[in-house]
Amino acid sequence: MNFLLINFFLISLLLVTTFFIFKTTSLISVVALTGAFTLLCSAIYVNLDAVDVAFTEAAVGSGISTILMVMAAAKLPEGKKNKLINLFPSIILAVSISLILIIIIANLPLLGDPNAPIHLHVVPEYLKESKDFFHIPNVVTNILASYRGFDTLGETIVIFTAGLGVIALLTSNTLNRKTNFKKNNKKNER
Amino acid sequence: MRDKISSSPVLSVVSKILFAPIIIFGLYVQFHGDYGPGGGFQAGVIVAAAFILYSMIFGLSKGETLVPTMINRYLMCVGVLLYAGVGIVSILLDGMYLDYNVLSSDPSTGQHIGIILVELGVGITVATVMIALYHSFASFGEINE
Repeated sequence: MNFLLINFFLISLLLVTTFFIFKTTSLISVVALTGAFTLLCSAIYVNLDAVDVAFTEAAVGSGISTILMVMAAAKLPEGKKNKLINLFPSIILAVSISLILIIIIANLPLLGDPNAPIHLHVVPEYLKESKDFFHIPNVVTNILASYRGFDTLGETIVIFTAGLGVIALLTSNTLNRKTNFKKNNKKNER
Repeated sequence: MRDKISSSPVLSVVSKILFAPIIIFGLYVQFHGDYGPGGGFQAGVIVAAAFILYSMIFGLSKGETLVPTMINRYLMCVGVLLYAGVGIVSILLDGMYLDYNVLSSDPSTGQHIGIILVELGVGITVATVMIALYHSFASFGEINE
């Protein structure tokens, strides 16, 4: 009962936050509200006993991404606000996506159903085996680093590549290269 | 922008006090990830948060003296190479790639060593990438000004 009450409370707060994200026009407020949104999501994950996911969501979602978004928003020039001219296509898109999601939700297994497909595949084996073999109580760590070691290696490389991409795009060296290129072009013209 | 140092003494004092505890909490999350919630990804972000807080309060140039850009970029690679290197070592010890059983005479201890090393690699990469992201965002567009 408590579980349901807390979940209901958190999800209604989530809806309120979404409404204000939609309503507000200031970029910084949108960033702050998105941070609040992910923090509420991590509270929902704690309520669902997914502490590891909640921890990641709180650290990455509402911590670092909010800071980076604030930085990016501060770098943007203050442009004039464009009025939305034709809302019709976006309304149709939003309604159809929500319809698809509602149809999918109707087909999902119930929360905590022991016969849901996710609980029958490899999870029982992991839960049974990992405690005796690894002597590491946190099964999430075992799955992340050992059973699914290749996946985690891939994730690390994804983060590394993302960092490389941002450095390549934003570092001032690119600006220098551009000016050099222009100089060379001028030389060639001469 | 680059040397804009916060005028508020509250912010600078609080950030100086918080710097060490944040890093210790990050290390706790890193190495206690086997026993409780946590692990490389979260710990990396928390450690990066300490350095980003420092750069935010004391200005980007001080932040870049604390974490030099080139060392940061080398550490980004070190994290990925540490992870991949554990796999190579397990091949050299007659195992499969990323098979931690062979890292020690006892398979269970081998798994423990492997998981700790791999999580450390993840933590180093995540922390340095986050710091690099912040520094590139913060220094972007300065030349034009």
